[in-house]
This record gives sequence, structure tokens and C-alpha cells, in this order.
Amino acid sequence: MTMASEHAAAGNAHSDRAPVRPPDDPRAALLNTQLKKVRYRADALIEVLHAVQDIYGHLSGDVLRTVADALELPPSRVLGVATFYHLFTFEPRGEHTCTVCTGTACFVKGADALMQGVSEAFGVGQDETRADGAVSLLQARCIGSCGLAPVALVDGVVVAKAKPDQLVAALRAAGVDAPAADGDNEAEAPRRSDDEAAAVVPGGAA
Amino acid sequence: MTNAVDLFDLTQKEREAQAAYRTTVLCCGSTACLSGGAQATQDAIASALEERGVQQDVRMVATGCMGLCSRGPLVKIRTRGGEDVLYADVDEAAGRTIAEDHVVGGEVVADKQLSLTHPFFARQERVVLENMGEIDPNRIEEYIARGGYTALRDAITTMTPAGVVEVVQRSGLRGRGGGGYPAGTKWGLLAKAVSDQKTVIANGDEGDPGAYMDRTIMEDDPHRVLEGLALAAYATGAKQGYIYVRAEYPVAVRRLEQAIRQAKRHKLLGKNLFNSEFEFNVEIRIGAGAFVCGEETALMASIMGQRGTPVLRPPYPTERGLWGHPSMINNVETLANVPTIMRRGADWFAGIGTRTSRGTKVFALAGKLRNTGLIEVPMGITLREIVEEIGGGVPDGKAFKAAQTGGPSGGCIPVEHADTSMDYDSLLALGSIMGSGGLIVMDDDVAMPEVARYFMRFCMDESCGKCLPCRAGTFEMHQLLDAICEGRATAATLARLEILCDVVRTDSLCGLGQTAPNPVLSTLHYFRDEYEARVVPPKVAAEATVAATSERSA
Repeated sequence: MTMASEHAAAGNAHSDRAPVRPPDDPRAALLNTQLKKVRYRADALIEVLHAVQDIYGHLSGDVLRTVADALELPPSRVLGVATFYHLFTFEPRGEHTCTVCTGTACFVKGADALMQGVSEAFGVGQDETRADGAVSLLQARCIGSCGLAPVALVDGVVVAKAKPDQLVAALRAAGVDAPAADGDNEAEAPRRSDDEAAAVVPGGAA
Repeated sequence: MTNAVDLFDLTQKEREAQAAYRTTVLCCGSTACLSGGAQATQDAIASALEERGVQQDVRMVATGCMGLCSRGPLVKIRTRGGEDVLYADVDEAAGRTIAEDHVVGGEVVADKQLSLTHPFFARQERVVLENMGEIDPNRIEEYIARGGYTALRDAITTMTPAGVVEVVQRSGLRGRGGGGYPAGTKWGLLAKAVSDQKTVIANGDEGDPGAYMDRTIMEDDPHRVLEGLALAAYATGAKQGYIYVRAEYPVAVRRLEQAIRQAKRHKLLGKNLFNSEFEFNVEIRIGAGAFVCGEETALMASIMGQRGTPVLRPPYPTERGLWGHPSMINNVETLANVPTIMRRGADWFAGIGTRTSRGTKVFALAGKLRNTGLIEVPMGITLREIVEEIGGGVPDGKAFKAAQTGGPSGGCIPVEHADTSMDYDSLLALGSIMGSGGLIVMDDDVAMPEVARYFMRFCMDESCGKCLPCRAGTFEMHQLLDAICEGRATAATLARLEILCDVVRTDSLCGLGQTAPNPVLSTLHYFRDEYEARVVPPKVAAEATVAATSERSA
């Protein structure tokens, strides 16, 4: 990213706190509200980055530059902080996400198998988003539901005491198809029954 | 509310209001039970009561964690003048049956009942978790009705700050984040520092993957954390407090924010607390996924909106901390002990546990066990009692092999040492640590070199990169462990691993690197045979390495 040089070329944007552009983007209005809420304090950088991720889905170079200007921080500092913390992401996420908890309890109870099962069924690598943007396979450090290990989240819904088949079924039910490249055998496989998919809906878990 | 009398009134009013109900239905609304369908259970009970037209006689409470997470959703029925009845695995249908047969009909539903004399409950001693499963964490009134904020009131109105420090000192409370540093001594250091800008910080950056004690305390009894922090502030002369919470815990953040608003409204935070000169405000700061931020100096950097990299100590935070002012960081569980210590006295607290480790410890009991969940036990209980009595033993006919405490900074305790007392010093002597409270039980299916590799991978990913021994050392050790696990290691690999353990342990800047070799050292110590069994002759290792490399480049 060439934030620093572009920023230098932009001249001194610090003196007046111009609103985040473009003003007709409703997301910019949300970010402005958030910036006002923290009173443009530089020490609120992490809160602001969380807000950016909530609003835009990921951190892009443009928005990071805007944040640097608004908080009167060098862009290098903003990028430095953003890249330090694991929760910030710089690429858009897939349409659907499967997050496998890789905490110790889940590790002991087979989180690897969950990861592998989903990876193979949908042709998506760990910590990756599939090329067509349909699905991301992510890992979480520990979501703190260790008593229910192994645990995964399919589009934010907790699947307790998860099995690989269950996650695959849930993702299929959400509309994720097998990868296009080697989809022959997968495409003909019958879709899982609704009963299995229902097991991941809160209240449906046995 | 501005004075002590009002707090008393509020307590009376809430207690009377609660006593007016014939029956109370306590539904566990913790994260674990909710992911098991607790909301549907609650709705089913509520609608069944409504159909029978008895909803006005029954108080429904969504409580915090009841502990036995593996058997959730849990529901407890409390009838006026009767004994509590606990139900496990309550799905919607069971919830309906319980509402109709028990709440309305007065008949206990035997096949869903879980005896409260079950060792899982009977062997526990609750200090920090005394309100769990009893109160609605969204209501300050319920915390107050159980004696909440009286410790703060009594400290401010009847004690000197030095007197409060003295009580904490005498109680023998040690830091629950893992270090075990005496809390009273730390408080004394900040109290002595001269500054009008002191801060106290609650560390809720529970990074150990496999532990959720602090999350549960913050989510399910948030006012206890606020009261503990306010007591720390009063004792040390701080005006500002921060609670640093992992971003992975959004419910904890919401509940704490709400608790702060409620406390302000009742004048339990802010200016002139209990008509004194004492003023205290609290802000929440949210992390963004960095294990190293559990380290004091890294945590402070993160609060200031910077990269969470640690700096050398001394100077300690109590001399120069947040924005250069004296600061003190206590773990959430440490602070959560304080209100009860102040209410019941230092001697009462010191009477629990062992001579060097007073009080109780909360553990997140997980892994290969029948009963998993959150437990609080007196220090000095043996590992065997926890695993076999509270945990119900290892299921599926497998054997208990080892327990891991302290997460990536800790070590394992093999079954031969299962009769060791769980206290700071005994665990240290075994090459593990008390840690923050993660307790993962492993059976004989789990290979120890793979456990070591798992934790090393974690440390490698989480190393902040500031100092070389940790940044490069954890990477190198992970590669060596990879080679061992995949049959590409020789005896020399093992020797090299041991040398690296020593280098990283002694030369790293902060606790993350200094303790990163612990899981390796501890598994090597107790399960060396598993490592040696995977060692191959140099020729085989070379061939396997070539094969693995060409596979990767293919």
C-alpha cells in the first residue's frame, strides 16, 4: 500500500477536519458519527477501526487514510495498528462464513477435522475466501464455549459439539455450492436433508 | 441514591418484590446455554405459563452461567419455602412439561432433574461466582439485593484507603490472571505513588484459548467487576478506571456498558460517592485480537490506541503506566474477589485454600470429560478430585492421561501427579502454572508432541515481533515440532529444540516469550518417550524432508 506517499502528496489535510468523503455515501455518514462520538481522539484509534470494519466490512486503504486525517495521525501509525491486531481484515469476506474455533478444548476434540471437512467439501483454504467470493473459512482463537467443544460458527450461528458433516450441511443449506472446478461428483450429491441443517439453528440443537 | 440509607432501601424493596412471587424460574442465559437453545426453552416455559394464566405468580429470570455447560440448557425452579430443583438438557418440550407439571402442578419432573448434591455442585465453593445462576445480570437491583455495593459503601464511609489495602493484603489474595502476585502488595505500591492522575485497570483480555472464566464474570455479574474496581480505586487514590475487554466478547462489552450506566444513575460511579470526596469513573476499552495484550505494558499501549507491544519493566506500571501516570492492572477475577472479601473479612477468605494460596479459583473445565463447564473450587483441591468427582471422569472407556493448565504459557500435569494440590506453588513445582484458569483434560488419544506443536503455533502467531528470541525462536521451535510430529526429525532435532527452549525462555522481553517454551518443556519432561518414538535415523529424516518439500512445491 502506498498510503504514506499519497498522503504526503495530498498535502496537509490536518488543519481542517473535513467530513469523510464522499458525503453522499451513507457509510461515510456513519463513520463521521462514530468519529464525532470519540471526539477525534487519537487514542480511540482501535475503536474507530472496529467501527470502520463494522460499517465497510473490511479496512481499505482509502478509509484508513481518511481515519488518519480525521484523528491527525500519520497513516503509517494507522496501518501499523490495523495490521497488528488479528481481528482486522483488509479483504472483503465471502458471502457466507464458517468460523471454526481452534481453542485448546476444540483442538483436543477435533477442530482440525472440522476445518478439513469444510475445506475439502467447498474447495476453500483455511483463513481464505474462495475465489468466487461465496464462502470464507476462518478460525477463531477461542469463542469461550469450551464446554460445548468442538464449536464452529456458520454465518454467526453457533454450532455446538459440531461434526464436519453438520457444518457442510449447514453451509449447503445457506446456499454455498461445491467448487466449480471439480464440482462433478459434488454437484450430483444429494443435498442434505433439512433435519440435519435444522440442527444448527438455535433451538434446534439437540 | 446518594447515601448508605438508600442502598438499604433499594435492597429491601427488591427483596420484597422478589418474595411476592410464589415461584421463580431461573433459566440459564449464558452464551453456552444460548447456543444450546436456551432462548427457545425460555419462550416455551413462558408461553406455557401464560396459557395456564399463572404468569403473574411466577418470576422468570434469565440468569448467568449455572456452570454445567455440557448439560445445558439448565433451568432451576425455586418455590417459596421449598428446595431448589435443577433441570438439565431442557429443550422446548421439556421446558413445557416442567412449566405444566412442576410450576403449575407441583410435581417434580424426575427424568430431567439433576440433583444439586451431584458432586459437580457439591464439591464447589462459590465466592467469585456466588451470584451466577441467581441474578439477572441486566438488573443492578438484583446485584444490590444480594449485598452488592455494600462493600464499597462501607469502605468509603467507615474505612481509610490504607485500611482497605490492609484488608486485601491480610486476605492473602493473589493475582488470578496467572502470575499470582500478591494483590495487596500491588495495591500498596499504587497507593504510595504520588500523583493525582492514577488509574486502575481491569484486565479482561482473556487470551488463553480454552478459558472463559473472565468472560463469564463480566457477562453474568458485571457489577461485581465495577465494585471491585471502585474499591481498588478508593484504596489506591485513583479517579479513573478502565476495563479492557477482548473484542471477541461482545456480550461482556454490552453488559459492562449497561452496568456502568446503571451505576452512574444510582450514583455508585461518578462524583461524591456516598457523600464523600471520592470520585471514580470507568471506561471500557476493546481489544482487537492480540494475545500479547494480556501483558500489562502491552495492554496499556493498546488502551492508548497503539500497537500492543510490551516494554521492559521496570519501571513498573505503578510507577509509570498509562500516559506516564501511575497505574495498576488487576485481572477481572482478582477484582471480583474483592467485594466479597471486604464484606466477609480477610480472615474468612484466608480460611479457604492453602497457606500460600488463599481463597478459591475458577476453572474452565474442558476436554475429555463427562461434565464440562465452569467451576469454582477451594485452592488445594487435588486434580484427581476435579477430574474424577466434579468432571465425572473421562468418558468412552478411555484413560485420563494428563491435564493442561495455564494454556500456551503453562504445562501439563500427568496422571501420576493427579494427587497434587491445585495451588500456585505446587503447580509451579510440577513445571506447570496455575494460569488464568483453563483446565483441559486429555485422554490417551491425545499425542503430547502435537499438543506442544499446537501451543507453539499459537505463540508463533501471537508473538508481537518486537524482540528476536520470541519472534524467531517461536517460529524455529514450531518448525522443529512440525518435523517431530511428521516423522522428519532426528535425535539432533530434539537436542536443538531443547537448546532453543532455553534461549527463548531466558532472553525474551516479556512473559509471552519467556513462557512460550513451557508446554514443550513440560511435555518433554513427562512424555519424552512420545518424542523419542517419533525420532527417525538421519537418512529417513532426509528422505521425508525431501518428499515433504517437493509436495509443497508441486
